Amino acid sequence: MRVAIIGNGIAGITAARWIRKLSDKAHITVISDEGDYFFSRTALMYIYMGHMRLRDTQPYEPWFWEKNRIQLLRGRVETIDFHAKSLKFKEKDDVHYDKLIIATGSKSNKFGWRGQDLDGVHGLYHLQDLAAMERHTATGIQRAVVVGGGLIGIEMAEMFHSRHIPVTFLVRESSFWNNILPPEESAMINRHILEHGIDLRLGRELDYISDKNNDGKVDTIQIKDCEELSCQFVGLTVGVSPNIDFLRNSPLSINRGIKVNNFLETNQPDVYAIGDCAELDTPEVGRRPIEAIWYTGKMMGEVVAYNVIGRKTAYKPRLWFNSAKFFDIEYQVYGDIRAALPPEHETIYWEHADGKCSIRINFDKNTEGVVGFNLMGIRYRHEVCEKWILAKTPIETVLKNLGLANFDPEFYREYEQEVVRTYNQKFNKSLQLKTKRGLNAVTRFLETFK
Amino acid sequence: MQTEYSLSLANPTPLHTSLRQKLALAAVAIGVLMCLIAWASPTAAQLLPPSVFLAMSISLVSMGSIAFVHEEYDNKPEGIKNHGVFFKSLVTRGVWGWFLGVLLTGFYVCLYWFPEYLTGLVTVFDPLSKMMRGRPADSWFVYGTIYTLSVLLMGYKFAMKYRHNRYQLVRTASVTFFQLGFSFLIPSFLVLMNEPEYYFSYFWPLKTDSLKPDGIQWIVQSSSHGLGLFFIGFSILMTFVGVPILTYFFGKRWYCSWVCGCGGLAETVGDPFRQLSDKSMTAWKIERWMIHSVLIFVTVMTVLLWVNSATKGQVLGSASMAFSKTYGFLIGSIFSGVIGTGFYPILGSRSWCRFGCPQAAILGIFQKKKSKFRITTNGGQCISCGNCSTYCEMGIDVRHYAQRGQDVVRASCVGCGICAAVCPRGVLRLENGGLDINERTEDVRAIHVKEGTLILDNF
Ligand SMILES: Cc1cc2nc3c(=O)[nH]c(=O)nc-3n(C[C@H](O)[C@H](O)[C@H](O)COP(=O)(O)OP(=O)(O)OC[C@H]3O[C@@H](n4cnc5c(N)ncnc54)[C@H](O)[C@@H]3O)c2cc1C
Ligand code: SF4
Ligand code: SF4
Repeated sequence: MRVAIIGNGIAGITAARWIRKLSDKAHITVISDEGDYFFSRTALMYIYMGHMRLRDTQPYEPWFWEKNRIQLLRGRVETIDFHAKSLKFKEKDDVHYDKLIIATGSKSNKFGWRGQDLDGVHGLYHLQDLAAMERHTATGIQRAVVVGGGLIGIEMAEMFHSRHIPVTFLVRESSFWNNILPPEESAMINRHILEHGIDLRLGRELDYISDKNNDGKVDTIQIKDCEELSCQFVGLTVGVSPNIDFLRNSPLSINRGIKVNNFLETNQPDVYAIGDCAELDTPEVGRRPIEAIWYTGKMMGEVVAYNVIGRKTAYKPRLWFNSAKFFDIEYQVYGDIRAALPPEHETIYWEHADGKCSIRINFDKNTEGVVGFNLMGIRYRHEVCEKWILAKTPIETVLKNLGLANFDPEFYREYEQEVVRTYNQKFNKSLQLKTKRGLNAVTRFLETFK
Repeated sequence: MQTEYSLSLANPTPLHTSLRQKLALAAVAIGVLMCLIAWASPTAAQLLPPSVFLAMSISLVSMGSIAFVHEEYDNKPEGIKNHGVFFKSLVTRGVWGWFLGVLLTGFYVCLYWFPEYLTGLVTVFDPLSKMMRGRPADSWFVYGTIYTLSVLLMGYKFAMKYRHNRYQLVRTASVTFFQLGFSFLIPSFLVLMNEPEYYFSYFWPLKTDSLKPDGIQWIVQSSSHGLGLFFIGFSILMTFVGVPILTYFFGKRWYCSWVCGCGGLAETVGDPFRQLSDKSMTAWKIERWMIHSVLIFVTVMTVLLWVNSATKGQVLGSASMAFSKTYGFLIGSIFSGVIGTGFYPILGSRSWCRFGCPQAAILGIFQKKKSKFRITTNGGQCISCGNCSTYCEMGIDVRHYAQRGQDVVRASCVGCGICAAVCPRGVLRLENGGLDINERTEDVRAIHVKEGTLILDNF
């Protein structure tokens, strides 16, 4: 069986690895136009900041591919002949497949601003974008502007900051990422951004980008209803969308992404789509049809491997989780935490006096079962939080045993007591914390779910 | 793309050095220069009384370094500070890295084989040696003093750099305490009391003397208050009881990154070079061969020496002595000193600990086979970024385990905790707990797809 995979990102590579694990016979080819080897896209910022080199971000050494008989092919698939089951390239021979996995990821959004294609205006997604950023910001830069207050935007701001390049950060929302983060957490990040000396402009949008010197390079931007700003680089980080333009005029069923069912099958026989480029027909309740994050690609990659070798397996991602790091503040979320608290939920929020770490636990008003955890600057155990949420464990049981969830390093202060106190104050109770941080108790707790 | 060393074109230097930092650097430079002048021309140093001269030099270096470091970190928000590491030539085997490597190696060559070249420098330290040990300095005393001072000063830098991390603070306090007390003050005091220069923080097989017949004899004979037997007893107890028990509960780290002086130097002075350790599978293979060979070598040597001593040299003649000399030369001098420390800027901070130290080999075997210590991974949160592997001084590919949700149990892990500190997603935690250790370290613990039920499980 010849399996072709377009895209060597986390989704495509996970699929390849699992197919090899499950089947010794499959002939696997992974195609990419981006780089020779799989690297971690999430680590792009660290290359620019000098924490790592490109090769440090590659999870497997070059011999790995040969040993596991995963053939890597560098090139861009121009079109797919679904009928003849072949992939067409510009200057390469066709590649024939029996099964095809499309894992082409995303591309940066551009919203048709005037001047968006000037030199020095760039998104951040591919390795080539990083190289361009490097080219444009290595010398002679007085100011960079980052447009868009999302996860990639704040990373870009941090990248410039690490190189001592003054940054103006335009955020359309009235507070950073407040469509995802509850108000307190969002405010915390605003403060933290300012603490680093970033010129944070909340509630501001880009109007247009201009090139007053007429040399094809950006030199100013106009902020909507506000001033004009001189700058030598503009980072456009206003979200991503599936990288599937080359498939637009094909029999493949496409909406925003490639439409797939729960088995990650497309409307074409023997063709699957996974990762950022896939759009689920029927996502689970509370989940979006496209989830452009690392973990989704990883999980889909594994599920698709089972399906490709004929062991039918549905994609059921279970509980939502995500994480990020905003400058020095780590963020973790487990379960259902919404920016605006829905009427059926109740929340307990504790924040440290230094304003740099917080714990939020949401629960259902009626059942009292916990629904989500939101952590800033504190690490919680994924497994424990997930078990509690899936079992709809009552908030008081959770609070009494909250130490089980703590995953901060040894000797770190434990704040679970404070969270319990916050709860007691808010609801006039006198609950006591029983379990402190520690692995053995966690192991015993997890055992009870087996 | 693959051959690119780094994608960086820019070479961002710190924005500016403040006036206070400039003054601090000047103080350090003058302090060092004073030693160099005294080294080159003892008469020049006699302008001042020897003790004033030494006190001035040490104070200038210490206060200058502390002021510099304070200024460097205090105004910045707390957090991981690895900006620009791979742009700095000193810590990426660039020009300055090689320069420093050769300089350090040269110093070790002098120390081991040409101590007479250091005479001028040694004299500078006479006042301190007389005060502490009641006798003039020798090259090893000078080495010990510089070593301890470096651990303290760079320990301060390390603590400032990781001041948000209490594990790092406590650990650094411990390792600098043991260096200062157990490897410097107490041995000096013992010498003053006419006792053998005994180190409570080194045991066989790192300190072979404590279990070698001639070593034991020397310790007993040079003890004027009969403490010799106590020392021998302590050594034997630690080697056979203390080490296994402590390692069972806490892993190798209790020694390697909390107590050991070599570890102390690596964790403080060596910290800026930690990213230079080789992460490849090949390096891991070499490591396993090499470190276990050294352990076998030292064990065979000890046994031979005992056979030799028991038979009064009749069975083996001078062979066991030759064996012991070879060990001392190859492992004791060349490996642990010249390469182990001299090559910090080339091989990273722990090449001796990783490839050569027989104590680490034993601790590693216990850690792997019988210990509660492991690094647990946090469910599915790993983004495979590679920070953990890059900054692991032991060259462990931590990411390999983290991205598949597998706990890390590796013989070489010294429990420094830096992987957990640099992880941007809170994936790693150093923990002691024995309940399910075998299950959690299984290769594919992260069985994501549960067949039959066809449920995707994150764990
Ligand atoms: C800067 C940055 C930071 C991020 N941080 C996080 C984070 O912290 N956490 C998180 O969960 N997610 C994060 N993400 C998102 C995450 O990286 C993506 O969701 C994930 O990489 C998508 O993986 P994928 O395999 O679906 O696609 P990709 O990684 O995009 O891989 C697709 C590959 O296919 C190639 N390709 C596309 N079309 C063709 C073609 N026609 N022919 C040949 N090759 C083709 C592309 O060039 C690319 O190499 C981040 C993204 C960026 C850009
Ligand atoms: S694995 Fe982590 S704790 Fe162990 S030596 Fe490496 S960095 Fe230190
Ligand atoms: S540093 Fe953390 S997120 Fe990055 S690879 Fe290591 S464990 Fe994973």
